[in-house]
Amino acid sequence: MAEILKRNKALAVNPLKASQPVGASLAFLGINKAIPMLHGSQGCTAFGKVFFVRHFREPIPLQTTAMDQVSTVMSADENVILGLKAVCEKSKPALIGLPTTGLSETQGTDIKRLVKDFYAAHPEFAHIPVVPVNTPDFTGCLESGYALAVKATLEVMLPQKSNEVGKRKKQVNVLAGSFLTPGDVEHIKELIEAFGLRPLVLPDIGDSLDGHLTEMESSPLTVGGTPVSDIASMGESIATLVLGNSMYDAADFLKAQTSVPDFRFDSLMGLEAVDAFVSALAEISAKPVPEKIERQRAQLQDAMVDSHFMLGFARIAIAADPDMLYGYARLVTEMGCEVVAAVAPARANILQDVNAAQVGIGDLEDLEIAAKRNGAQLVISNSHAVETSRRLGVPLLRAGFPQYDLIGGYQRLWVGYRGTRQALFDLANMLVEHGHHEPEAYVSIYAQRTGEGRATPASGQTH
Amino acid sequence: MQAKDIAELLNEPACAHNKKEKSGCARPKPGATAGGCSFDGAQIALLPIADVAHIVHGPIACAGSSWDNRGTRSSGPTLYRIGMTTDLTEQDVIMGRGEKRLFHAIKQAVDSYSPKAVFVYNTCVPALTGDDIGAVCKAAAEKTGVPVVPVDCAGFYGTKNLGNRIAGEAMFKYVVGTGEPLPVPAELQRPGITVHDVNLIGEYNIAGEFWNVAPLFDELGLRILCTLSGDARFHEVQTMHRAEASMVVCAKALLNIARKLQTDHKVPFFEGSFYGVTDTSNAFRDFAKLLNDPSLTERTEAMIAREEAKINAELDPWRERLRGKRVLLYTGGVKSWSIVSALQDLGMDVVATGTSKSTEEDKARIREIMGDKTKMITDGSPKALLGVVKEYQADILIAGGRNMYTALKARIPFLDINQEREFGYEGYSGMVELARQLALTIQSPVWSAVRKPSPWAKTSVPGIELGA
Repeated sequence: MAEILKRNKALAVNPLKASQPVGASLAFLGINKAIPMLHGSQGCTAFGKVFFVRHFREPIPLQTTAMDQVSTVMSADENVILGLKAVCEKSKPALIGLPTTGLSETQGTDIKRLVKDFYAAHPEFAHIPVVPVNTPDFTGCLESGYALAVKATLEVMLPQKSNEVGKRKKQVNVLAGSFLTPGDVEHIKELIEAFGLRPLVLPDIGDSLDGHLTEMESSPLTVGGTPVSDIASMGESIATLVLGNSMYDAADFLKAQTSVPDFRFDSLMGLEAVDAFVSALAEISAKPVPEKIERQRAQLQDAMVDSHFMLGFARIAIAADPDMLYGYARLVTEMGCEVVAAVAPARANILQDVNAAQVGIGDLEDLEIAAKRNGAQLVISNSHAVETSRRLGVPLLRAGFPQYDLIGGYQRLWVGYRGTRQALFDLANMLVEHGHHEPEAYVSIYAQRTGEGRATPASGQTH
Repeated sequence: MQAKDIAELLNEPACAHNKKEKSGCARPKPGATAGGCSFDGAQIALLPIADVAHIVHGPIACAGSSWDNRGTRSSGPTLYRIGMTTDLTEQDVIMGRGEKRLFHAIKQAVDSYSPKAVFVYNTCVPALTGDDIGAVCKAAAEKTGVPVVPVDCAGFYGTKNLGNRIAGEAMFKYVVGTGEPLPVPAELQRPGITVHDVNLIGEYNIAGEFWNVAPLFDELGLRILCTLSGDARFHEVQTMHRAEASMVVCAKALLNIARKLQTDHKVPFFEGSFYGVTDTSNAFRDFAKLLNDPSLTERTEAMIAREEAKINAELDPWRERLRGKRVLLYTGGVKSWSIVSALQDLGMDVVATGTSKSTEEDKARIREIMGDKTKMITDGSPKALLGVVKEYQADILIAGGRNMYTALKARIPFLDINQEREFGYEGYSGMVELARQLALTIQSPVWSAVRKPSPWAKTSVPGIELGA
């Protein structure tokens, strides 16, 4: 059980944290024909938009209630009503996500009442679900904001208790946590389909943010993602797969509301974690594990054996949101690595289960100090850690948000047997390439070797 | 190379086993042979000489699949890492243009890379077509003004072991004695310390491991004239005849050159090893003994006492992790008995060891160290090795790289001990690395993970239960 070290300094240096409103927006971006509108100043949205555009290399639909000085002081309620009306009229979305921000929360907005007020004032838009969610950026992080948005979506879309479990015999709900990339979600869907089941993923960024050219040249809304009509049918599924500890709260609500039995997974990386997931699919479908998946498992085992020489005793530093931190720490310790520095941007229940002696709540400076003190050989974190790892003189494996300097990083597959295998290869290669395990070259005091140089072809030679 | 020359090389009088039978030099059996050819052996023995252009004369198979494939390290020039071959074509072979191409190849290497010398390795095809590489080398040396050394080591002459000797023979014939060492500069003389010149023969500086030991030579005032061939320079090989003593480090590979230095230049030699605390200490003691310098003996003992105390303290935590672990050792080039003593230094239990490449002398020494209960293995096939692992409940297989995947596929911890490895184990500090690597694989959590059946499996997986 990891000891949790509280934040103990005034200044955050090289922040690791991305905000709750950004996380909530990401969740809404995984719903088809949707648009998140942040209730805050226009900067809250602009920064979030740039954050996602650089990471996903996609246009990102994101709106704002554009609170200004007057509305901030006097009341911004009207901004919400007007904003919702404008978006509904202009874009005809299938769903609007309405996360709050630090600004509107401090002001004291009652976001749920405002949505009721909106419907009362504009009954013509009653068919467009609006999902309000309290996500101030002075608490939590991207992961918690995302989880809150998923829960809020369920609350709006499944207001009544139902008892229709298994009406759709092949449909399986997937509550997909924020640690999953579009590539991960895609692979998870393939695994589920391999058992003859139909995945209903919420949110499905694998369908909306996977990076694909469409017929449509531009869209003010998300293109792809979970169909809103599907969300209402989640109560008719035979099971729910809950991916990520941060989603458990949303899962509790879904289960209480629908009685659909659920299977919960804290991680989908590493042999043991994926075994548990595949076993659950076999159980739900009552089908044997397909040959193709068995093969992927055997390939992972082989990779584990091959790479254990490089990964054994390797000292790893990880900075990431809680679920991701837990997953990577578990993956590398299962390979014989030691997690010598672990930092998360905010508290979460899962942190106490992270395979490290200590988990700091903090920033990349905290990670750097711990990594240096404990002789870390490799850093796993987002692109902000490039300089951190450079100063430490160790390689960086980019994971999490944002990855603005790595093309394709947003869609990389990490989970399942296949994703785990590639992660092990990459970790091993990085450690080999940056390894300094050999003795330093020693030149004898008696050596009289003058003018030694490196071998390079003489220039200007033609043969 | 003529048959009588090959026969002479095979008859190495300094090998104790030659009084009985040539077990170390047996003929390869068609269909049942593993291991390299003479070219392989010769190239491996000489390639670490860092400032030499190494040209393989032959079609691509010889150099193409072997260049840049060795773990040896240089503290200076990197020329030896540059692969060079005449890459003979069908036209060259048919039209007899091999010699001409070789001549131009040598010239090109000299023009492009300004080597201190060029070594030309002969291979099967030009040996068959009758290229006179000796004559070409001579002509090229005259033309370029750079020494060009023919190493006549066609693969069909015999085994890798023979190739090692051919390499030694070539060095002795063409290089040793053609240069003189510089005097030790006055500022490097220390009061009370007589500097002695020594050779190390068969030390390859794999993964830079000799650099663990080299500072101790400096400390004792032992000037290494030449290490044949790890981190060596051409000029250093030229001066080997001026040493006062030689140590033969790796098995019998280059024993012939040590013997000839003794008979022709009165340089005495001993056989030793830098693997393990005990053997490293003994190597320094043997030097002191051969050099017959009381002050050196005294300083050597003091150095050994200091280093052993230091390293034993460092090794203690590792010994705790490794004590009682059972090892199956199957080595190729490295002396089995030397590794055995290193493993015993760590408190490990060597339950079986390979002896197919060991001489009678080596075997006697293994029996002496390990007692009679140890299984000696001559069949090195994957099946046989795995059989022994099971029978003797070994916790780890220590062998050459080619057996790595035999072990891994059978879900057995493994340590690579041969030349391709990435870690240096020589000397006192090398023992810590050895211990670390052993613990790393033996205690890796992957073994239990890959031995466990999948949660939905009805039958168990291959492999055997790990010991506690």
